[in-house]
Amino acid sequence: MNEETKVDKTRRNLVVATSAVGGAAAVAAAVPFVASMLPSERAKAAGAPVETDISRLAPGELAIIEWRGKPVWIIRRTKEMIESLKSVAPRLTDPASKASEQPKYAENEHRSAKPELMVMEGVCTHLGCSPQLKTAEAKAEMGADWVGGFYCPCHGSKFDYAGRVFRGAPAPTNLRVPPYTFVGDATLVIGEDQETKGA
Amino acid sequence: MQSRPGLWGWFDARMPSVAEQWRIHAAEYYAPKNFNFWYFFGSLALLVLVIQIVSGIFLTMNYKPDANLAFGSVEYIMRDVPGGWLIRYIHSTGASAFFIVVYLHMFRAMLYGSYREPRELVWIFGVLLYLTLMGEAFFGYLLPWGQMSYWGAQVIVNLFGTIPFIGPDLALWIRGDYVVGDATLNRFFALHVIALPLVLLGLVVAHILALHDVGSNNPDGVEIKKLKGPDGKPLDGIPFHPYYTVKDLMGAVVFLAIFCIVMFFMPEMGGYFLEHNNFIPADPLKTPEHIAPVWYFTPYYSILRAVPPLFNSQFPGVLAMGVAVMILFFLPWLDRSPVKSIRYRGRVYKAWLAAFVVVFVLLGYLGIEPTTVWGQFPDWPFLDTRDVATWVARLCTIVYFLFFFLMPWYTARDRVLPVPERVTV
Repeated sequence: MNEETKVDKTRRNLVVATSAVGGAAAVAAAVPFVASMLPSERAKAAGAPVETDISRLAPGELAIIEWRGKPVWIIRRTKEMIESLKSVAPRLTDPASKASEQPKYAENEHRSAKPELMVMEGVCTHLGCSPQLKTAEAKAEMGADWVGGFYCPCHGSKFDYAGRVFRGAPAPTNLRVPPYTFVGDATLVIGEDQETKGA
Repeated sequence: MQSRPGLWGWFDARMPSVAEQWRIHAAEYYAPKNFNFWYFFGSLALLVLVIQIVSGIFLTMNYKPDANLAFGSVEYIMRDVPGGWLIRYIHSTGASAFFIVVYLHMFRAMLYGSYREPRELVWIFGVLLYLTLMGEAFFGYLLPWGQMSYWGAQVIVNLFGTIPFIGPDLALWIRGDYVVGDATLNRFFALHVIALPLVLLGLVVAHILALHDVGSNNPDGVEIKKLKGPDGKPLDGIPFHPYYTVKDLMGAVVFLAIFCIVMFFMPEMGGYFLEHNNFIPADPLKTPEHIAPVWYFTPYYSILRAVPPLFNSQFPGVLAMGVAVMILFFLPWLDRSPVKSIRYRGRVYKAWLAAFVVVFVLLGYLGIEPTTVWGQFPDWPFLDTRDVATWVARLCTIVYFLFFFLMPWYTARDRVLPVPERVTV
């Protein structure tokens, strides 16, 4: 090797060190840009609880309330609806809701604080579509063994009146139950309960 | 210093690289003389890109990327802006035309082995272009803020949410909110009109440079650079300009005629180019009765739906969908045939390619329809779903993957015909 092609090691090391520092600076400069795409403070603050009057909700009726941009369903279940929950249990993926999300007071057979009043997020746990109410009358469309519940139009997941998913559907878990509490008999507050208040 | 007279001579003396690039890429770029119909689609893709950029610029002059104003501003463009309806239909027809042209362009590469050595990089840049185009189409589809825009975006973003560990945070980061909302619309607008078009343009340059370095393939799959005349030019090559510029111009005329018929007489294409539900403003509380992506995504959407959930997770379906696209990158190395072109391949490869086309189209069709489209099987206990269409989609998905996974074996063993020395015309 002659003098001209010989590598000046000091220079090379300086070039490597400069490149490494420059590269680190470039990565650090990317951080604010990536971070700017996270939810803003305003988006985070928009999750306040919502109040709704449930005194005029008739038996069997479904009300849809917007909470954090998502549909929340309130359904006053009839006797038949509550009874149907037992009969469908063997056909469910997670009948006891062990792998599903719900507050402590909804960890029961009817998945609610009051047996007749079901509150749940109307957002399919598969890919986020909003399922539709299909009553027991919809047998022609839903099959002869249909006892009523919800059907997701996107990928065909089926749920019972407690939001529990039927087997053979793409949705992996039952519909989520948001935290909620009652103020008197007539008012339901969604997004707040003893636990979230205490926290 | 001026070798040529006049204004052009003045310019050329100061910036000779313009004339040089023209020589390298057009006047003295030697392309095989046996190009056929399939070779129109590369230049047509470039034409559609220009159409989309120009019409897109004029759409942004009236469009408002705001969840409260977006839907109304699109209707304003359609009704009140002079010629606005035309510009929007150019853009929406162009989106579908882009995918038609690109799918045919990719199929041409599969027919004639254009992805094989030494054109692997041309193919890889092409697949990157295809992926970027899919992103561009997805981001653009949210902008009208109709029901399909909204729920389509909701589903696609949630696909990323199924990735183990990082999924939920990743989906939150993409949306910028806990649900698809104003923040999502605003950033999708930025990505659709600035970021991805720049990426597309850069990749187009890389795609063409890589192509012109190694030279074009042809329907015979023979290398024209092997046989050169005394002047050093390939014997079977003709200059791209004027021969193929004129040929491509003719292709552009026919293409634009068809494009105009669609744009003026059937811009919605029966709900395939513009879905009916997208004429209803986005409603976060109500999913439409039947949602389906636009036609160009439906083969992959079918694959997603066909894969049953495993371990309480939808991720396997998402993974299958991702692999279905990503496997295209490996095509140059999966194909071990001694010949490139379909003309000299054996029956086995031809059968596999035909099966691939059939399942791709079938998956595309099934992705548009609900899974109940072909009725249900009787209540057999061993079926996890009774929808016939889901089972057909599963079968098609298996064939789709076998086409790629078995390719190293069946291409290597297939009986091939002798390849001629020179191109046949």
